[in-house]
Amino acid sequence: MTHTDIASPELAAVEVHGVTRASFILRGAMTAGAVYGAAAVGPYVGNALGASGSGDIDILNFALTLEYLETDFYKVKGKAVGLSGQARSLATMFGDEEGQHVDALTKAIKAAGGMPAKKPKFVFPVTDQASFLKLAYVLENTGVGAYNGAGPSLSNPQYLAAAGSIVQVEARHAASIGLLTNQSVTPNGGFDKPLTKAQVLAKAGPLIKG
Amino acid sequence: MTDTSTAAERPTEGVVKELARDDVERKKFLRMAGKTMGSGAAATALGAFIAACGSSSSSSSSSSSSATTSAASSSAATSSGSNNSSGDLAIVNYALTLEYLEAQFYDKVIKSGLFSGTNLSVIKTFGSEEHEHVTALHKVAMSLGTPAAKPKGKFPLKDAASVTKLAATVENLGAAAYLGQAGNIKSKEILAAALAIHTVEARHAATLNLLLKLSPTPDGAFAKPMSMAEVLKVVKPFIA
Repeated sequence: MTHTDIASPELAAVEVHGVTRASFILRGAMTAGAVYGAAAVGPYVGNALGASGSGDIDILNFALTLEYLETDFYKVKGKAVGLSGQARSLATMFGDEEGQHVDALTKAIKAAGGMPAKKPKFVFPVTDQASFLKLAYVLENTGVGAYNGAGPSLSNPQYLAAAGSIVQVEARHAASIGLLTNQSVTPNGGFDKPLTKAQVLAKAGPLIKG
Repeated sequence: MTDTSTAAERPTEGVVKELARDDVERKKFLRMAGKTMGSGAAATALGAFIAACGSSSSSSSSSSSSATTSAASSSAATSSGSNNSSGDLAIVNYALTLEYLEAQFYDKVIKSGLFSGTNLSVIKTFGSEEHEHVTALHKVAMSLGTPAAKPKGKFPLKDAASVTKLAATVENLGAAAYLGQAGNIKSKEILAAALAIHTVEARHAATLNLLLKLSPTPDGAFAKPMSMAEVLKVVKPFIA
């Protein structure tokens, strides 16, 4: 794997033109440095700051909030519900991976001079394994749509590469939950649908309680 | 597996329409850029694919640009607009070639009679989604210049277990290949289409991994990209 693919100075110089910020409001993002290790952060943060639009930190924070939500869901709610079998092992693995997304986003926001969003309180209307998995399927598919909706608006290609790395994992989670619960692993067919911020909030907003 | 083909077509149609709405001058320019490329590698697009992949360059950004430089050697002198469109065409044709191979693979697996029941329906769904990707990418490539020629795939289809393994390899490769190009795509419309396809490849890969009792997230929390050169190494034996 050539991580230099993403962290290359040539790539950092690439500009994404004509961003229609209003059309893709949620933009999940982070620095490649945060993905590939703290050692790589330093040299690229400068580039990131130079290339980023002013809204990038806000977007990082929105993504962070979604990742907080997913992490809390798997780690706290999953434990409270008392999962068993493959549901338990997948939820443990996925919770750990969402937690890594939180850590990476937090580091990226700090490195870019921003203030990471605080973790909100969440309420999940889930009482047992079946309702837990049902919501897991919704949350993961929403995560995929949120990142895909954000991707084209990213002004910094380093963020785009990193967001791509995260969204692929969200998609893998979504399909896994689908397979486990006999739901479609590709609910959008051949092309995953990008979601707007409003669409994401319609799904995730009711779970956020301040 | 549910049939969602109607809904599925919308996003890419949107992308294609957006491409079509580009102002006429830009379209002409894109075509010209495509034709310039056509005299070299893009005329036989598999040639472009292999030329791009065969370069020893280790970074995906430079290997993708080598697809264009091998075709139009004077790229340094061309405007950035030309670089953008010809670079995107090379990436789209690279993706198209991979999707052709995936679609052919699933067609042959379905015909092989090795699968039945749930697994067969999974394979049929994935196969039809790969065909949708071929159709969409072909349209995008047409709008930019000359689409890649259809390669002829050859796949060892011995038994269900080894074929499932091969399918997982192919899908994980596909996901990594798209991820490897995300940062190189200049057009945000094409990027949107690539992202929409990328996560579907990831869904296929995770499903097949689970059917094989492997981790659905083999790279952990952060999926790893692959360069064109790395992808070709894996794909080459499957091109007849």
